[in-house]
Amino acid sequence: MSFLDLDHVSHHYFSKNSYTKALNNISMSVKEGEFIALLGPSGCGKSTLLSIMAGIIPNTEGRVLLQGKEIGDSEMGIGYMLQQDYLFPWKTIIDNVLLGPKINQTTSDELKERAVKLLEEVGLKDVSEKYPNELSGGMRQRAALVRTLINDPKILLLDEPFSALDYQTKLKLEDLVSDLLKTYHKTAILVTHDIGEAIAMSDRIFMMDSNPGTIAKTYNVPLELRNEIPFLSRRHPKYQILFDKIWDELEAKEAGKKVVELPNE
Amino acid sequence: MNDRQLFESYQRGLKRERKIVLTWQLTILIAFFTIWEAASRLYWIDPLLFSSPSKVIHLLAVRIGNGSLITHLQITLFETIIGFIIGTIGGVIIATALWSSARFAKVMDPYLVVFNAMPKVALGPILIVALGPGYLSIIAMGFIISVIVTTLVVFSAFNEVDPNYEKVLRSFGATRWQCFREAIFPAAMPAMISTLKVNVGLSWVGVIVGEYLVSKQGLGYLIIYGFQVFDFTLVMASLVIIAILAAIMYKLVEKLERWLIKNRNI
Repeated sequence: MSFLDLDHVSHHYFSKNSYTKALNNISMSVKEGEFIALLGPSGCGKSTLLSIMAGIIPNTEGRVLLQGKEIGDSEMGIGYMLQQDYLFPWKTIIDNVLLGPKINQTTSDELKERAVKLLEEVGLKDVSEKYPNELSGGMRQRAALVRTLINDPKILLLDEPFSALDYQTKLKLEDLVSDLLKTYHKTAILVTHDIGEAIAMSDRIFMMDSNPGTIAKTYNVPLELRNEIPFLSRRHPKYQILFDKIWDELEAKEAGKKVVELPNE
Repeated sequence: MNDRQLFESYQRGLKRERKIVLTWQLTILIAFFTIWEAASRLYWIDPLLFSSPSKVIHLLAVRIGNGSLITHLQITLFETIIGFIIGTIGGVIIATALWSSARFAKVMDPYLVVFNAMPKVALGPILIVALGPGYLSIIAMGFIISVIVTTLVVFSAFNEVDPNYEKVLRSFGATRWQCFREAIFPAAMPAMISTLKVNVGLSWVGVIVGEYLVSKQGLGYLIIYGFQVFDFTLVMASLVIIAILAAIMYKLVEKLERWLIKNRNI
């Protein structure tokens, strides 16, 4: 049994006079410690899929199992990061970071110490008592990362967390997140429309197709790239090869043609 | 000029602008009372109907001196503040109830529309019959006139809170009530504070109209009484007092607003 299992998951959005099938028959299994990227154009349902994995949206068909338990039943264990930091502007950084424990009524001095330590680890020293609007975009997103990690989640769901940042900050944060996840041996699922980001960060890439959202293709990222930090992985010769392959595939999809299936390495 | 001098000349500019504005404000005030006084003395307007500033000031001095104004003032102020507070809090509570159940909100929708569209002062006689011809009816009037607007404004503010804050909380396994306490309520705070300002004005309307209808005391009563006995100096004096009190209350709410917002650091 793997860590996270999606078993024929479908999702519909209903409105008064019509419905849309956002996701169709998605099955996948993710191993513990694995980093998965969901790559696809906007509107392919990748964010919906992530919300379903987080248990925020109940899927209309199929099952989502985390360590063999239905997602709704397995309490905690999920960390969710959004495109923007969504730090609460009326709370200090430390209160923002300790929001999860507050909700679960597990706040303690140890946890507070751990939060301060984690903040330092991501390069945020002496910001505990500051408010989010006193921090830069990159710092805020790092604080949001700590907020996600403080609950010690079993799995991290990342919904384009770097897309609102400038390029330099984005690259640095990629390295930081990748490093933290490896250190703490976390499983992660990253939603992105950035091919480079998917290759640089993940172990496996699921390419999604839209209308309805399905998994069109799976790519295994070569081992050489997986073992590098994202920044260096971007410079590796194999990076460009995989990039071009995915690029061509996406182009072909856009053109409505089907390319000849190449054996996946 | 060096940086410092540039800055100082900028500051001087600000000060001068402030002075000009203040001068004009005072000019208008003085001109208004001067013209009123002159018009009354020269019989451009009927002094019996429109009184004059000197008569108003004289009356106020006498009334304050013998203590016959202060009771009326206290009563009206008390009724207004109570009406204002329970109207605001009541509105927030109703909005919370509406938010807590989408079905309840849907069921209540037409009633809220009717109640909001209705001129609340028309309910005056009903209130008097139900609550008796006393300060209870007057407070109820102050309450009823502000509560629906508060409900609608605050409820829509609750609904406009970015759903992603709720998403963050839900990913931690927060209940709906926790979402409300941690995200919805604090995020809607600015909207709630801005209804305070509106409600200051509305509760004055409610209370004065209420006093017109029933009371034996209060500034609204003084206005009606002055009107009935043809003592327009009394009417004008009451109006002046009301204008001053309402302005002070508005300024206090503004201070409260600034304090609240500063402490939220937004």
